[in-house]
Amino acid sequence: MRAFEYRAPTTLSEALKLLAEAKGEVRPLAGGTDLVPQVREGRKRPTMVLDVKRISELRRLEYDPGMGLRLGAAVSCSVIASHPQVRRYFPALAQACALVGSIQIQNRATVGGNICNASPSADTVPPLLCLDARAFIAGGRGQREVALESFFRGPGRTILARDELLVEVVVPPPPKFSAASYMRFIPRSEMDIAVAGVASLVVLDGGRQCQEARIALAAVAPQPSRAPEAEAALQGRPLDAKALEEAGELAAKMAKPITDIRGGAEYRRELVKVLTRRTLEQCLEALKRGPR
Amino acid sequence: MATSTKTRQFGPPLKRGSVAPKRAQAPPKKPAATKAPGSVARAPSAATRQQQSTPKRAQTPPKKSIAPRQQSAPKQAQTPPKKSITPRQQSAPRQAQTPPKKSTAPQQQRAPKPAQAPPQAPVQAVPPTPKAQPQRVNGRTFRVIGQRTERVDAVERVTGQAAFGADITLPGMLWAKVLRSPYAHARIKGIDTAAALRHPGVLAVVTAADLPPLASKGPVQLGELSIDVAALRELVLASKKVRFQGQPVASVAAIDPYTAAEALELIHVDYEPLPVLENALDAMKPGAPVVHDDIFIQNPGERRSPSNIAAHIEFERGDVEAGFAQADVVVEESYESAMVHQAYLEPQAAAASVDAGGRTTVWTTTQGAFTIKLQLCALLGLGQNLVRVVPLEIGGGFGGKINVLVEPLCVLLSRRTGRPVKLVLTRDEVLRATGPGSPSFITLKVGAKKDGTLTALTGRLIYDAGAFPGAPVAAGCVVGLGPYRVPNLRLDGYDVVTNKPRVQPYRAPGAPQAAFAFESSMDRIAEKLRLDPLEFRRRNAIAVGESLADGRPLPPVGLKQLLDRVARHPCWTRPLEQERGHARGRGLALGCWLGSTLSSACHLMVNADGSLTLVLGGVDLTGTRTAMAQIAAEEFGLEPGQVHVRVGDTDSVGYTDVSAGSRVTYVMGAAVQQACQDALGQLGERAAEQLGAGAGEVEFRAGVFNLRGSKKKGIPYLELARTSLRRGGPVVGRGTASGLPVAPAFAAHVVDVEVDRETGKVSILKYTAFQDVGRAVNPTQVEGQIQGGVAQGVGLALTEAYIWTRGALKNASLLDYRLPTALDLPFIATELIEAPAPDGPYGVRGVGEVPIVPAAPALANAIYRAVGVRMKALPMTPEAVFMASHPRAPVQEPAASPVAGR
Repeated sequence: MRAFEYRAPTTLSEALKLLAEAKGEVRPLAGGTDLVPQVREGRKRPTMVLDVKRISELRRLEYDPGMGLRLGAAVSCSVIASHPQVRRYFPALAQACALVGSIQIQNRATVGGNICNASPSADTVPPLLCLDARAFIAGGRGQREVALESFFRGPGRTILARDELLVEVVVPPPPKFSAASYMRFIPRSEMDIAVAGVASLVVLDGGRQCQEARIALAAVAPQPSRAPEAEAALQGRPLDAKALEEAGELAAKMAKPITDIRGGAEYRRELVKVLTRRTLEQCLEALKRGPR
Repeated sequence: MATSTKTRQFGPPLKRGSVAPKRAQAPPKKPAATKAPGSVARAPSAATRQQQSTPKRAQTPPKKSIAPRQQSAPKQAQTPPKKSITPRQQSAPRQAQTPPKKSTAPQQQRAPKPAQAPPQAPVQAVPPTPKAQPQRVNGRTFRVIGQRTERVDAVERVTGQAAFGADITLPGMLWAKVLRSPYAHARIKGIDTAAALRHPGVLAVVTAADLPPLASKGPVQLGELSIDVAALRELVLASKKVRFQGQPVASVAAIDPYTAAEALELIHVDYEPLPVLENALDAMKPGAPVVHDDIFIQNPGERRSPSNIAAHIEFERGDVEAGFAQADVVVEESYESAMVHQAYLEPQAAAASVDAGGRTTVWTTTQGAFTIKLQLCALLGLGQNLVRVVPLEIGGGFGGKINVLVEPLCVLLSRRTGRPVKLVLTRDEVLRATGPGSPSFITLKVGAKKDGTLTALTGRLIYDAGAFPGAPVAAGCVVGLGPYRVPNLRLDGYDVVTNKPRVQPYRAPGAPQAAFAFESSMDRIAEKLRLDPLEFRRRNAIAVGESLADGRPLPPVGLKQLLDRVARHPCWTRPLEQERGHARGRGLALGCWLGSTLSSACHLMVNADGSLTLVLGGVDLTGTRTAMAQIAAEEFGLEPGQVHVRVGDTDSVGYTDVSAGSRVTYVMGAAVQQACQDALGQLGERAAEQLGAGAGEVEFRAGVFNLRGSKKKGIPYLELARTSLRRGGPVVGRGTASGLPVAPAFAAHVVDVEVDRETGKVSILKYTAFQDVGRAVNPTQVEGQIQGGVAQGVGLALTEAYIWTRGALKNASLLDYRLPTALDLPFIATELIEAPAPDGPYGVRGVGEVPIVPAAPALANAIYRAVGVRMKALPMTPEAVFMASHPRAPVQEPAASPVAGR
């Protein structure tokens, strides 16, 4: 680890100025649960670490029935997972936040950091993809807004320019008669990285048929992504065992996993199939208990 | 049924019970003739001696190891000479700040003993007031032994005052870092340290060239250890070649660790990469590249081209062909296991200070201060009177903290700079380069008659030693077969070198690998014979006095009682609850471990207030201070809190071997008992004199020295202690124990699992560990040992493995080297069987290592009963279980219904 400059601006404009003027490598720091090990192990060698936790725009966590959830990039997973409206309207997101690392990690780690680290296995991303979340970015040349799915460019890579920061993620209110679920597979019971992760969201129509399904996959492609073919296969159908199985197989087909130390490609595809079915089953269970 | 495995005869066929392990030695490297008696690398005759189950072994650390995972050693009062030490060590005597406490209720799962915790007396000069319920066992009544005494060092641990390896701070101290090889196999053509030396803040750089030349080649006898100093030297700093990724090449001392790390990047090493051998099977192939050009295929009298087979060990008895011919069923199977790490919580850490006169002091976290001292002296050519090793507290060792690694670098750098130097390894370094446990390939062929009687067994056990010879394959052979009586036997063990880190002992070294193979095969053959797995094992259980694989007779041990207890226990008798859609199964496996005994020393001071101060030569890995306080308290009729136990440094107490090999309570316990008897004998003489009697006429009972057979009032111990300085002078008791016979331990584990057929994930529903512990001095601590052993066994069974790509370690972090977490482990129930060891104090036998042994096969057997698949490789990860149970078309429905379990 090399010595670096540490800055902790209190306003967004100050932070953007530091970003714009800095020479060398600047790394924004939220919870640091990815960055600190990366720096310690020499995988990243920043010249400046820019702590964004004191910037109020990045600390917001608000729910509005019209606009949805505004989720500041520096809000910790524990805060999100225990937020009453997140738990009520976005239980799959709460579920994912409560899976990241351990409780200690969740107290530090942020959804913004999870997104910007751009790991293919980021647990909080698939539920956000299913929820049609949008990313709000601020930079020297102004602000911009993108669908979260197009935020990623590959493992560890995002669309953020050198002088840009992720400010917040906005999640629209969930559709009526919908439920969502996130499940991941890890070899242990906790403190692990997903070998595969699947989030599903099901919207039922009045006749209990599937009006819309959304399925997002993690750890089985260079970046988290939706599985549109599997989603399409469910639309307008009653969600019986056969439909769920089919969706699982289509999702598995769409997955482009690699073989690495955490799992073989073939096994990962198998997991996608199983997890897709299981998350859809969980959605149906939740809808049986009463749709939101 | 005939077998074709037997290909060669070495000498005349041996009759049952007279198996002489034979082992070929590389004439140039370790000539058998030069082995001194008493070394762990003893010749076959050693089979009758206690220490090791190893028939011979000319390698570094003997196979011995251990320390449970939850343990931690307590605080100790180190006093570095003329150096200030961290303030946290300066606390007042612990008694003063530690109010007596009620110990907590017995742990959840009770031992078969009254579980009343003894209240600890305030540590003051009060006469002993026994409060605990005395226990009568085997005709002897114990007051303190067998009680769940609270750890005497609990407060230091819980408050963080206990000083571990990384806690040492010395004035003017420098920090060291190590440059390690990025290559798994390469020739070192040159090392340029000039730029690093010029880096501001750097004070010294050392390479192998700074190590003194070796006095002689081959193993060097260090006390009772035999260490190949040439190999050790290469492990400390590689000279001409690197043989595994992570091998140290240079070390830097600088004003802080960051500067030292920067300097590493300025050292230029010119490597010529060589072909890499990643596994032992490849390494054994003819024509494979050689890791060492001075290791020769080891057949007697043969000296051909260099080979990666460092040793071939044979055990033979009876006639295996005739044995297989008698068999009604024969099972043949191959197994393998991965390289795993001991995963002690605390990374290696040490500091050294060399003064102007050349006196060297080393503070380190180790399983044996004396062992470190002897290795340093041999490696650096130092006189044994010039080196003092101060053992700091140790955060787990499990066999992995016996060898020197960081200590010699600290000494070299301190000598060079004239300042104290400290080196603390990172987790990455710990995983890459400290010495994990040996991976294995084992093939077994087992024959049995219809009634279950085993008739013959042949085995080929290949253990990967990593970059230097010394895999624990001999132990694997002996303890794998340990629980069984097999009349016709042939085992071939191979110690093979590859381009991986040199293995070090890991809790029952060699045994978990072997047990996985043996216990899986035993389960298969029982199943083929439609015999209950427990009944099959009872029919073939070795009896006391029958021969182990190496020909030694089995000493008294409660294997039969153990199996009887399992047979009666609900965890075995109650059927496993099956639930629709859930694949569940129950598995059973046995484990055996012989342990080592070696030497221990202590001394005991009788204080004038009647309290005792006990100084041990061995480090406290697992609650030794508490157990030894209990023993001294038992002997003196005191409370454990009245005994202060201190771990001495190498200048303050007699030579003691490593805290390893399940030997500490067994051997140190005997030494402490002896020291107590010595001191009580001295006091008895004074009492006799005061009573006007002969020394032999006085007996000590309930705190009083009485004239035997007389009603005359005796002299209380407390009075003698109080007047000791005026009447007779200080009382110091001396205890040494050496050469005790081995006291083996057996364990049986019963586990219920549920397997998720769709993902292959195994969940443990229930786990019960049975063990013959001889005598549980402190049942809570014994149970902790067992639970820790099971936890490690579950880890190596289900998730832990080194993952390699051409000799490069891919998972050198605890994220991807998957230790089980708290949520992965069930409650581990323990059942203690107490069949006393004849030579152990109060019947004590070693307990620390055997609980790791049966875990993997018990789980494998349970998985088989749940999903009908025999797992043949460790770890049995979800992916491995899934792939094995969906062999052809992974996208299809799960496999057929499980073979009916119990």
